Formats: sequence, structure tokens, C-alpha cells
Amino acid sequence: MASALINVPAKAKRGDIIEIKTLMSHIMETGYRHTATGEVVPRDIITSFTCRFNGAEIFRADLFPAISANPFITFFTTVTQSGKFEFEWIGDKGFSETASASITVE
Amino acid sequence: MRSFSAITAALLVAGAVGATEIPQAERRSGYSFMKPDTRAMQDEDTANPGMLWVLDGEALWKRKSGAAEKACADCHGDISTSMKGIAARYPAFDNATGRPIDLEQRINSCRANHQQATPLPFESRELLALAAFVARQSQGVPIETGADPQLAPFIAKGRELYMQRQGQLNLGCTNCHDDNWDKRLAGSAITQGHPTGYPLYRLEWQSLGSLQRRLRACITGIRAQAYDYGAPELVELELYLMSRAREMPMETPAVRP
Repeated sequence: MASALINVPAKAKRGDIIEIKTLMSHIMETGYRHTATGEVVPRDIITSFTCRFNGAEIFRADLFPAISANPFITFFTTVTQSGKFEFEWIGDKGFSETASASITVE
Repeated sequence: MRSFSAITAALLVAGAVGATEIPQAERRSGYSFMKPDTRAMQDEDTANPGMLWVLDGEALWKRKSGAAEKACADCHGDISTSMKGIAARYPAFDNATGRPIDLEQRINSCRANHQQATPLPFESRELLALAAFVARQSQGVPIETGADPQLAPFIAKGRELYMQRQGQLNLGCTNCHDDNWDKRLAGSAITQGHPTGYPLYRLEWQSLGSLQRRLRACITGIRAQAYDYGAPELVELELYLMSRAREMPMETPAVRP
């Protein structure tokens, strides 16, 4: 039941600086913890987050074990034209999620 | 160590004076003790991780389950009208068992009786998600728990437990949450213990959790033996706390440090 929450303004003026907020559901298991019987709990984290605008990469982040569960990533960008933001999270155990949001620039 | 003995001394003094209940006008939600960053997290739905469970709950609400092949939505219809204000009345009196039950137990009893499905384990993602989705419909609604006169003896039992000193530290809930809520314990605000936002997302847990989980953590903190999930004592304590928070607005899904 992985799911993402995305906050991108629906409209902006050309040249505006906008804030993009993303929240992804993930346990971010560090790989450093042990069970009661002493076995290592295998690492299960998101390793990479990418944002593309109309196909061009505008933001990328690598994630590491110290990052909390359900990572909340926000960043700013300048908008010059209408288009579509595409978000992608990739992680351990074949984790791969995508989401998208459109913006109209006036 | 010195500050610890100072706290103990302060608590002993407070204990000697006797527990004083918080006047209505001075009641404060845990929200008001939080830093602006954490408040902002709770206030915005796209920043509040509790909303991830609410979204899951929405999917589960519509999914057919159990031998009866029924979804919650098949009986309850549009959740925004059918469940508005419901969580603000829980724990509520259950006629079948003659006892109060909390929202999670109500969901499981509904699953067993109407969906003929197996009950969901306490603190499972599914149960928390459904509870969060139902309670979310009461966001902003004033708490009404305890209005039912049948609950009176159970509220009294919960209050007794709240006042009872126990554990190796020999503390009752009241010694911190009524007498010392304006102070700090190991750098954290003590708070008044009003359960306005459950199930809520605790940054410490990195997850959503129920009021029972929180109570068990607190009981372990005073080094007493925690009650099992679903124990009558925990439900009575939940009931007392909710009735103590009457008229305060629901915040589910809240965020707490």
C-alpha cells in the first residue's frame, strides 16, 4: 500500500519560485537493527529520488539509512512554462514508485 | 542524576499536596507544546505523514472483505457523513459485551459480525489505517466521550487507575499530567495528556500508533508492567482520558514528537 503525497501549486506566474513538497510512504529500515533472536533486519530503504519536468531532470537526491521513515522531500524551482512534474522513488528490494503533478503557468 | 532527584523531589512534594485536576479553561492540547516545525507538519495534509495511513484507510474502506463479501462502504455509505463525529464519542458502550470498547475494537467487532472477516491485529497497518480514516472524519469536532450514563462506572475505574501510584517509580499518571504538565522531563514537554489526535504519527515511532500503544509506553516508563493490548484497564483509561478532554477538538491524524 505504498502511496505518495505531492504538493505542487496548480497555477503560477512565469518566473515564480515555487515550492514542491513530496511525502513517500516507506519504512526506511536501516539494516543496522537486530531482531530479538539476533538476526540482522535486512536493509530496506529508498536509495534515490528524482524529479523531472517535461522530461528533463531538475532535482535528484540520494537517500541513506539515517533518513527517517516516510521521507519528506521539499525543494524549490523556478517555473518558465506549463508542464508536468514526474517524481520517481527507487529503493531496495525492487522498490519503485512514481507520481506526477501538472502546473499551469500564466 | 541531580536533576533526576530534583524531579523526584518535586513530584513527592506535588504528591503530598494531592493531585489537582486541570481547570477547563487551562486545558491544552499536546499540539500547543510542540515546536512550530512539528505544528506545520500536522497542519498541512501533504506534509502530515499520518495522511498516508488515512489514504490506505480509504482504500480499505472500499475493499470487500470476509466471507460476507462486504466492504465498510456497502453498509456505511459516504464516510464524510456517516462517520462524522463518531470517533469523538469513543470509547463507547458496547451492548453486546456490556463494556466500553474503543474505535479499533469497534472496527474489529464490525469485521467479525458484519463482514465475517478475521479481526485485524492491534497496531497492524490495516487497523490503524481504518481507525485513522474514520477518526479523520471527526477532525475539528469537539470530543463528547462519556456522555452515555452507562459509562459512568467505567470512567470512575479509569480515573482510579489514572490516580493510582504504581511501578518501581511509584508514579500515577496524575503526578505528571495534572501536577507537572508545565514542566519538562529529560528535555521534553510533559503535556496534559489529552488524547485529542489518535491514532497519531509520532516522530519517535516513525509510524502511526494508537492511544493504547502510547499508554503502554507511559506505563513502561514508570517501570510498571504494561497491560496487554485490548485489556479492559487500558480501555477504561482511554475512556477516562477522552472524557477528561471533553469539548476539545479532535485533531486526527495528529503529529507528535
